[in-house]
Amino acid sequence: MKIIVCVKQVPSRDAILRINESGTWIQDRDIAYDVNEPDAYAVEEALQIKEKLVEQGGSAEVIICSLGPDRVQMAIKEGLAKGADRAIHICDPAFDNLDALAQARVMAEVIGKEGFDLIFTGLQSDDYGFAQTGVILGELLGVPSATIAMAVELHDGNKSVRVKRELEAGWFQWYQMPTPASISIQSGLNQPRYATLKGIMNAKKKEIRKVTLADLSISKDLLAPKQTVEKVYFPVKSKKTEIIEGSAKEAAAKLVTKLKQMRAF
Amino acid sequence: MSGILVFAEQREGKLNRVTYEAVVAGQRLAAGLGLPLSVVLLGSGVDSIAQELATKKADAVYLVNNQHLERYTPDGFSLAMRQVIEQLQPQYVLLAHTYLVRDFAPKLATSLGKALVADCVGYKLEGKVLTLVRQIFQGKINADVSIHDSAPILVSFQAGAFRGDDAEAGSAEVKNLSVQLSADQIRLQPQELFREAKQSVDLTQSKIIVSVGRGIKEKDNIAIVEKLAAALDADIGASRPICDSGWLPMERQIGSSGQTVAPKLYLAVGISGAIQHVVGMKNASTIVAINKDANAPIFDIADLGVVGDLFEVVPALVDEIEKAKAEG
Ligand SMILES: Cc1cc2nc3c(=O)[nH]c(=O)nc-3n(C[C@H](O)[C@H](O)[C@H](O)COP(=O)(O)OP(=O)(O)OC[C@H]3O[C@@H](n4cnc5c(N)ncnc54)[C@H](O)[C@@H]3O)c2cc1C
Ligand SMILES: Nc1ncnc2c1ncn2[C@@H]1O[C@H](COP(=O)(O)O)[C@@H](O)[C@H]1O
Repeated sequence: MKIIVCVKQVPSRDAILRINESGTWIQDRDIAYDVNEPDAYAVEEALQIKEKLVEQGGSAEVIICSLGPDRVQMAIKEGLAKGADRAIHICDPAFDNLDALAQARVMAEVIGKEGFDLIFTGLQSDDYGFAQTGVILGELLGVPSATIAMAVELHDGNKSVRVKRELEAGWFQWYQMPTPASISIQSGLNQPRYATLKGIMNAKKKEIRKVTLADLSISKDLLAPKQTVEKVYFPVKSKKTEIIEGSAKEAAAKLVTKLKQMRAF
Repeated sequence: MSGILVFAEQREGKLNRVTYEAVVAGQRLAAGLGLPLSVVLLGSGVDSIAQELATKKADAVYLVNNQHLERYTPDGFSLAMRQVIEQLQPQYVLLAHTYLVRDFAPKLATSLGKALVADCVGYKLEGKVLTLVRQIFQGKINADVSIHDSAPILVSFQAGAFRGDDAEAGSAEVKNLSVQLSADQIRLQPQELFREAKQSVDLTQSKIIVSVGRGIKEKDNIAIVEKLAAALDADIGASRPICDSGWLPMERQIGSSGQTVAPKLYLAVGISGAIQHVVGMKNASTIVAINKDANAPIFDIADLGVVGDLFEVVPALVDEIEKAKAEG
């Protein structure tokens, strides 16, 4: 059982974002980065599946796959430290700022060559938020896909997989499909582990294979963006929020006076 | 047809109301571009829904009846929509960005060699040039996105981007459209829909909700907002990450995958205001946000806001409430 986990590195949730001078993206230097939240859950799910298979006398390999500049090695190493076996780092300036389809074409070629039984992605990236990559990978690689997974179970000697999908408003539904398959993972389906010191030491010896455009037989035309971000900006607020000024104490006092006037409590 | 095609969503024989938001987008875009508008509905035995859709202004409602579409599967819906698109040759295909759409639309787009422009919050039309507005960074920033592609262009709109009530009435002709599907093309087997064991906490009836988000940093800090809730005689709610981490039980989660609430007063403490949270609480009568980031999207829907550190503001608030209560 070979499980590829796609891990994206994104600006930390806490990062204060500023827009660059040309107004085309954020100022992406000097900000902190993290592993995209659902991707951390995807890594954990893959590790748990591997551990279960090993316990039953089987085996599995967990491979982290990340596309991005050098800094994404931090995210890769986090996965390796937690227990992933090895990693693929897809890195080339030609792959910067691709749209969802073009980026997935690159990843699909790499993953297709590597071979896989399961692909795990997060359900959505914090930065671009395409909410598509896992499904596109499935289609490009000719395998079924399921999204917003809250549980993953292997069946029939790993020949099929059962996925519990989250639907709106508290509804769920199980889907069964043959492997290989691509599954987009929702946050909250497990409790991601922390890397141990031993894990961090072990990770140093693990392989991180680099892939660049030259290693692929993909034509540059296929990567031409079909969608371009022309301009980014802070949204204009549609509602006028009354901001209560002052120190914490002053603001609290004013807020309570207002709430009392409104008979809110 | 070379017009605009809107995807209508039904599940288990019920129309998803958010479809009307996509219809509004379609009606406006059709007017702006001078193109005909059609709506397409997939399913099996869903004629009455087609009739319902036909009460809105459009040139046609296409009904695709097929036994393989009775239960939603991404394979079935994507293959069927592809054939619909091949037959109707629309220039634009518009969808509401629901859980169902995000499950199959990227697959459909890929099979057509297209990239779906997903989760848009609006559009700009200059002459006949369409620019789409998307949210990036979890709604903190907007992006204007231009398209360099041939038809069909697939676009999905976020829930709330348009008001479904704005859909213009009319009478569209219902037309049947057939597609060829076979059982072996559908690789996924769906089972029955279900809910988890009945929830013991019902926040839908709450008068006041104090809701806590990741700004609280650690599980032990939840006590700080519990004090605020106690002072206000309020119920506690939470954003998803708090429940994901097990800091509060799942049944406290508010949002698209949790409860939808409409209390008199909703206090969002350390919550950024991502759309999936906002859809669950935007109908509260008064929304108060406490957040240290003045640009947090929650301030877009809050009536009252305090920009500050919750670890200072919340205890101060508890003091002031106690004082006010003592004064009567
Ligand atoms: C399909 C899908 C379904 C989802 N369903 C739901 C759902 O039902 N409910 C839900 O809530 N989310 C849901 N989400 C997740 C949602 O997209 C957001 O990730 C989530 O709501 C963010 O939670 P948060 O605001 O607590 O955390 P964050 O986005 O991390 O925000 C934390 C906020 O705290 C502020 N903060 C930090 N420190 C302090 C401090 N000391 N004082 C004051 N403020 C501080 C920060 O400025 C920030 O704004 C869903 C996502 C997807 C893709
Ligand atoms: N550059 C990338 N490198 C690795 N994985 C990615 C990358 N972009 C997207 N993904 C994966 O696809 C998921 C969904 O991303 P998106 O389609 O951008 O919302 C993420 O959670 C990742 O698992």
